[in-house]
Amino acid sequence: MPSALINVPAKAKRGDIIEIKALMSHIMETGYRRTAAGDVVPRDIITSFACRYNGSEIFRAEFFPAIAANPFISFFTVAKESGKFEFEWIGDKGFSETASASITVA
Amino acid sequence: MIAARAIALCSLAAFAITALPVRASEIPPSERRSGYSFMAPDTKAIQDDDTANPGMLWVLDGESLWKKKQGASDKACADCHDDARTSMKGVAARYPAFDKELGRPVDLEQRINLERARHQGAEPLALESRDLLALTAFIAEQSRGVAISAGEDPQLEPFVAKGRDLFMQRQGQLNLACANCHDDNWDRRLAGSAITQAHPTGYPMYRLEWQSLGSLQRRLRGCIFGVRAQPYEFGAPELVELELYLMSRAKGMPIETPAVRP
Amino acid sequence: MHDVNPSTRRRFLGLAGSAALCGTVPIVTLRRAEATPAMLASAIRNVVGEADVHTGKVKLDIPPLVENGNTVPLTVSVASPMTADDYVKSIHVFNEKNPQPNIGNFYLGPQSGRAQVSTRIRLADSQKIVAIAQLSDGSFWSTTVDVVVTLAACTEEVL
Repeated sequence: MPSALINVPAKAKRGDIIEIKALMSHIMETGYRRTAAGDVVPRDIITSFACRYNGSEIFRAEFFPAIAANPFISFFTVAKESGKFEFEWIGDKGFSETASASITVA
Repeated sequence: MIAARAIALCSLAAFAITALPVRASEIPPSERRSGYSFMAPDTKAIQDDDTANPGMLWVLDGESLWKKKQGASDKACADCHDDARTSMKGVAARYPAFDKELGRPVDLEQRINLERARHQGAEPLALESRDLLALTAFIAEQSRGVAISAGEDPQLEPFVAKGRDLFMQRQGQLNLACANCHDDNWDRRLAGSAITQAHPTGYPMYRLEWQSLGSLQRRLRGCIFGVRAQPYEFGAPELVELELYLMSRAKGMPIETPAVRP
Repeated sequence: MHDVNPSTRRRFLGLAGSAALCGTVPIVTLRRAEATPAMLASAIRNVVGEADVHTGKVKLDIPPLVENGNTVPLTVSVASPMTADDYVKSIHVFNEKNPQPNIGNFYLGPQSGRAQVSTRIRLADSQKIVAIAQLSDGSFWSTTVDVVVTLAACTEEVL
């Protein structure tokens, strides 16, 4: 059952630059491994990650097989207003997961 | 002729090294170090941050499983054991523990399956399955910071002794005992990797090599395979005895579950 | 040893060669699929086109000797005021010897506050990592670091 770990400060002052961390459970199968029988294990990775802050996209990433399993990403944003961060992961085999976190900006 | 003599000398030297009795002096308590201390700062940082430690993903899964109704009893772990933060605190630090009914020690994974059978009427979770690892990690994480006290029960004495024998015995094509590396040569390197003292303070742990969380038994099987010996099956009493000895050898060290290791 | 018929030897080598071509030789050789310098160059060209790439402004934080190539922490940062007029639009990370040249592309904007992204990557071998940033004025800046990757001491039996 895919689970995500999000780290967003619960509170921030307006104008603060805050760090956001997100960790998603995923095998990130490269597509370059082979089974003992010699068959290629097909690629199965998260291909994109996006973060929206009160509806507008503040960060986006494209992942390739070189991103390690259970992909971790950390990035920064300016705390403008109270509200919600929404995170979305999209990948192979129809993988689609979301998560959210709230922030109070004073 | 020269080549033959060189070969003879080499094999004599190799024989001499392998024929030396296992010195295996126990590591003095003042020199005991967790595997954490052998890691590079970047890897330590992964373990230090709960929101960046991939092992925590399993702990989160385990928390949901703790509350999920199981088996014929339709009871969740939480129904009897309430808040794991209180009820499970310190448990992992004293495992493997003696099971009266079976008359031998069981590790935390086996205890979970025994509880499922005895009190939930539920099928055992497959050893090393994601669900069992998640539950074990969740329970063990409640003991984070608690000093290891496994093996103090006098009933466990013969099993600790068996585990110690297993730790000291040479095995496999490489004819190495665990003690050869982990008692006698820790803090040297084996092909670029640090040799640690092998204290199981952080299991189940996220191993970068596995890119997954795994149990101590998985690590032991990997090591035994590494010296080219036939590894014991998951759940074998030998593995539990080894776990028990290793935990008693690490007495007093704090639990770090879920640890991160290279 | 001295009386091997040269023609027999030649025939044997010929047979061995063709057997290898037919793939019937039972020896398993690890075909190291590598990104070639040409693949890396073309992946970079996909991003920058024909524009010049300046060296500077970009910093790659990555352990020079990694503990395990499966999970290598990486932080890329760009010196930039991140204002509406002067900010980092995107950061692209490449490698030299993995089977594929791309590692990740990251898209920022003035709202980012700081042009810094951290993630964990896989490295198949000791190699160069290249990070290229595109600024709001359209210019490209890059940095390159060398990373040493050793294999794990003991490989595990596949479970």
